Amino acid sequence: MIRFIFGKILWLIPTLIGITIVAFGFVRVLPGDPVLLMAGERGLSPERYAELTHQLGYDRPIWVQYGEFVWRVLHGDLGDSLVTHRPVLHEFLTLFPATLELGITAMLIAIVIGVPVGVIAAIKRGSWFDQVSMTTALVGYSMPIFWWGLLLIILFSGVLHWTPVSGRISLMYYFPNGTNFMIWDAIASGQKGALTSALSHLVLPAVVLATIPLAVIARQTRSAMLEVLGEDYVRTARAKGMPPRRVIGIHALRNAMIPVITTIGLQVGMLMAGAILTETIFSWPGIGKWMVDSISRRDYPSVQGGLLMIAVIVMVVNLIVDLLYGLINPRIRHR
Amino acid sequence: MADTTLTPGTRRAQLAEFWFYFSENRGAVIALVVFVLVLLAAIAAPILAAHGPDVQFRDALLAKPMTDTAHGHFWLGTDAVGRDILSRLLFGARYSLFVGFFVVVLALSVGVILGLLAGWFGGWVDTVIMRVMDVILAFPSLLLALVFVAVLGPGLINAMIAIAVVYQPHFARLTRAAVMGEKNKDYVMAAQVAGAGNMRLMFITVLPNCLAPLIVQGTMSFSNAILDVAALGFLGMGAQPPTPEWGTMLSEAREFILRAWWVVTFPGLAILITVLAINLMGDGLRDALDPKLKRS
Repeated sequence: MIRFIFGKILWLIPTLIGITIVAFGFVRVLPGDPVLLMAGERGLSPERYAELTHQLGYDRPIWVQYGEFVWRVLHGDLGDSLVTHRPVLHEFLTLFPATLELGITAMLIAIVIGVPVGVIAAIKRGSWFDQVSMTTALVGYSMPIFWWGLLLIILFSGVLHWTPVSGRISLMYYFPNGTNFMIWDAIASGQKGALTSALSHLVLPAVVLATIPLAVIARQTRSAMLEVLGEDYVRTARAKGMPPRRVIGIHALRNAMIPVITTIGLQVGMLMAGAILTETIFSWPGIGKWMVDSISRRDYPSVQGGLLMIAVIVMVVNLIVDLLYGLINPRIRHR
Repeated sequence: MADTTLTPGTRRAQLAEFWFYFSENRGAVIALVVFVLVLLAAIAAPILAAHGPDVQFRDALLAKPMTDTAHGHFWLGTDAVGRDILSRLLFGARYSLFVGFFVVVLALSVGVILGLLAGWFGGWVDTVIMRVMDVILAFPSLLLALVFVAVLGPGLINAMIAIAVVYQPHFARLTRAAVMGEKNKDYVMAAQVAGAGNMRLMFITVLPNCLAPLIVQGTMSFSNAILDVAALGFLGMGAQPPTPEWGTMLSEAREFILRAWWVVTFPGLAILITVLAINLMGDGLRDALDPKLKRS
């Protein structure tokens, strides 16, 4: 097992190097002078320009610059934002809990609804439940989520006035020493109504973000379950008189979950892409909105740092999923 | 079965067999009809549309759907500057279908060539190509596309290129896997012994036998490309106003969501219907092309 884990981690190193090259190279291939772009100043005097070039290290060979970039990144220095002039890593870590909270809630919604729906659809194959749920899943899978979010705002905020349009919590509440996990902060503060406010802000974005993963998980669970239900050992279990609930719950479900867990893991990358759109629609102050804002504000150090961090996070999550896969499916481990 | 009289192996028989399995999936057939309708709407947009996509009726701003005005009947209403939404949607169909087609063709051709090279030659060629693909896949596709567009500059063409770049690793991986499965089979060996060169072996002997998964991936990418380019348009990084691209239309409509529901509803509905039709067709294609699922 240790060998397996080690091999997986070793395998990531070339990809990791590639990611740093993309993040490093991105600023270099932008149209325009990288010094002017990175400095974000206008009307530079030639002296100031030379000074900046030296300061940014652009007068050295490119491979030295790349080496220094990697060295700085390894020491947690992603540069400073051109807009706020604060360290990019600090900005990222401040906003990340917001995205994490949204993502975890969305994933919980997707799993808690998607897996049972997929299982029931498979057991009752061809029934009206199967047909309705799978048609709904395909609609969900085809959904332009930025539009779906707007529709939900029209209905729940515009017509019914049930939920707020944007933000994470009502302005009435403020947590000076908060963790920026709003639900947690609201509970910890003990302020009356804070939790309700946080939840009412969270529900629509989470539903929107959950839509595509939910559809994918439901479809994948159904097909994995159908495959397993046709296996000999399930037939044997049935034939020897085991109660159907036990056959499905113990024999079928456990094995059907193996591909489903991979699917769930793969949704994390999708979730990041979804967060970009969802956070923009709901003005959710997380990483996705920050990236879009940074791109349109031409805050290139932030884009560079964000790109790097997001890719690393997605990679680590995929690694964990891979390892989990090895844990529940010994056949993979010993290949 | 009607197709038993045809001799198997001929192209017509293959087509008939394909249609037999495809048409068993009712949803896929309905989707095909819807898709053809969208395609016709796109082609005939100048004839079907009552107004030009950019014509502004200043005295009919945000007119509700089904309103009659001095300029005629607005079936789906008008937008904030008085443009007929239905006409814009009809012209917008051209962009969405073109986008999907362009992205798939570009991603498919680059991906297939890279996948063929990696799978056929193996060794360091394989390692280098697949490592690069891994790097591209490490980034969430929409994010990488956004950054590419930031590099290339916003616009529809750049958005399409960016999306194609982030999609092609999927084609490369599929092709590589299929090629590795095929290349040691007897027919390939036979062609090799008969003196076929690498190019011929790769493109004429092996490639046609790897097509089924690529076609399915192609339909999926087609619908995803429409969604992602619309998303880029929505974020202001794709087609630029006043282009009647559906995502860009949604982006322009955002500020009116609580005042004029129709400005937001119809472009999104157009995206959903088109994407849904393509995905349903994809399901039908998979059923028809995947021999594992065939019951014969």
